[in-house]
Amino acid sequence: MGYVLNQICFAYDQKQVFENLAITFKKGYFYGILGPNGCGKTTLLDLLFNYHRPNKGHIVFHGKPINTYSRQSLSQLIALVPQDFDIQFPFLVDEIVMMGRYPHLPRFSRPREEDISMVQQVLKKTGTWKLKNRMITELSKGEKQRVVFARALAQDTEMLLLDEATANLDIAHSLHLLELARKGVTESGKTVIAVFHDINLAAMFCDKIIFMMNGDVFAQGMVNQVLTSENIKSVFHVNAKIQFDTETKTNQVIFKRAYEHDN
Amino acid sequence: MSENIRKAQHTIISPILILIMFTVMLFLVIISVSCLGHIEISWYQVVKIIYANITFQKEVLAGFDDVVTVVVWDVRLPRIITACAVGGGLAISGTIFQGLLSNPLADPYTLGVSAGAAFGASLALLLNVGFMGGYSVPLFAFLGAGATLMLVIFLSSSTSQLSSHNLILSGIIVSSILSAGISFIKYIADEQVSVIIFWLMGSFASKTWTDAILVTSILIIGILICLFYARDLNLMVLGHRTAAALGTNIRTITLVLLITASMIAAICVSVSGIIGFIGLLVPHMMRSIVGPDNRILLPISMIAGALLLLTGDTITRAILPHEIPIGVLTALIGGPFFCYIFRKQQLERGTF
Repeated sequence: MGYVLNQICFAYDQKQVFENLAITFKKGYFYGILGPNGCGKTTLLDLLFNYHRPNKGHIVFHGKPINTYSRQSLSQLIALVPQDFDIQFPFLVDEIVMMGRYPHLPRFSRPREEDISMVQQVLKKTGTWKLKNRMITELSKGEKQRVVFARALAQDTEMLLLDEATANLDIAHSLHLLELARKGVTESGKTVIAVFHDINLAAMFCDKIIFMMNGDVFAQGMVNQVLTSENIKSVFHVNAKIQFDTETKTNQVIFKRAYEHDN
Repeated sequence: MSENIRKAQHTIISPILILIMFTVMLFLVIISVSCLGHIEISWYQVVKIIYANITFQKEVLAGFDDVVTVVVWDVRLPRIITACAVGGGLAISGTIFQGLLSNPLADPYTLGVSAGAAFGASLALLLNVGFMGGYSVPLFAFLGAGATLMLVIFLSSSTSQLSSHNLILSGIIVSSILSAGISFIKYIADEQVSVIIFWLMGSFASKTWTDAILVTSILIIGILICLFYARDLNLMVLGHRTAAALGTNIRTITLVLLITASMIAAICVSVSGIIGFIGLLVPHMMRSIVGPDNRILLPISMIAGALLLLTGDTITRAILPHEIPIGVLTALIGGPFFCYIFRKQQLERGTF
């Protein structure tokens, strides 16, 4: 169960992103994807919900090729928190979160009792309850991102894709939302595949980490096995010290300045 | 401020009620403007004439002056219905374009539909095409609009997606080429130039039942297609990736709605000439009243567009001493009004 990607090739018009990529994601784990800008992290997520289709190779989702699923049925199984959420029209926050219920509702039907209570639950859980009657266009970037996160949770899927979902959030909200995602994995057996920039956040919440470089997997495995200063040096070209934190029981990274002797 | 207004409307007056109120208002306005004109006719007579013609009970009209019947049923009502249908059509077309392109400043003419129609019509007028009688010019206008749309879609479609930036840019390029073409046609048209200019400014004078029924039926088909996809159009505001993750087939919906909205706009322009600002203004005004949910915004914009254009046409037909082109009137009233609401919204948001 989960994803199996095999011999994936993908290119945007001229630019080759993946040449022979192979990854397996198993159900019930929190995956963190780390890598430098432009290495194909977001494109990988796009392949995982069939937004882009690979030029060659197969993506098998729960034992069936992903392109045999209808958009509707995929949207009941996979939710996405995107990086970009520039919303031009003044929808109310609870209207936006209710959009997460659309995949479960026939085209012309009104929200059922369970949809309304699910939206209320999610608004409360994500701390966006007091924003619910405000217009999305009037919120700050961080508030918008929390609403978009809430919308993805309201979709109530077994698979959650996070594309730098906490990039605009302060540390308290980042920890809070990632904790919600983590709970879903630990308590309900859901799967999270998250693109991170913050390596320490990734280390705290993920079960497994995948380092990507130049459209390929550089290293993957359990957090404490792959989070090494050698891997960080190879992938990001940055010197770092790894410390084991006894409280979270994970490795944490302390970076060294690139040009210590410059001044 | 605006937030409180929206909130109040969500709880006190439901959008459905507003829609019903608008619809009732439209019917009342249709009847009352049928009374206005060179000959004053009482509303009682108007209602009777409409009733008699709809139910084919000519005996109801016994004792009526034939002139009154002809003026109401054959002269005023076709024009009134056409104005309503064109107003409604331009308004829903504008709503669709704004939603689809995620751009509140888009209107039915953003993709060059008006320039294409104007070019087609000018060409027909210049060459004096007459094989279809009075329908040659509208036909050429429609073909011009359709061809322009195809060209714009072709120009902007890359391998994967129809991006809104590409669509807007292609629309602007094609429009400016066509505008130059229209200028050239006017330049070489000699005595025909006044006919071309008059057509381009738009008019509902001497519209027949054929026009009214044609536009109305296209409008009904169009609004049904748009309403079918209205929920997906809501999702498009979240961005293409999110909309896809929520089960929307972006490419199909973009194409279907783009073609539907453009065809509605094309048929409106073909019948009435170029009437600006309705398609931009009405969705804006209605969005501030009922919110941006397209499932309710689309029908309410349609009714409001009909009301607005009918009012405009009545002003030029029956109130002003001389009829001025409706396209000029809507721009003269709509333009400053748009500046006003735009400014007000900016001040409310506190951003300049």
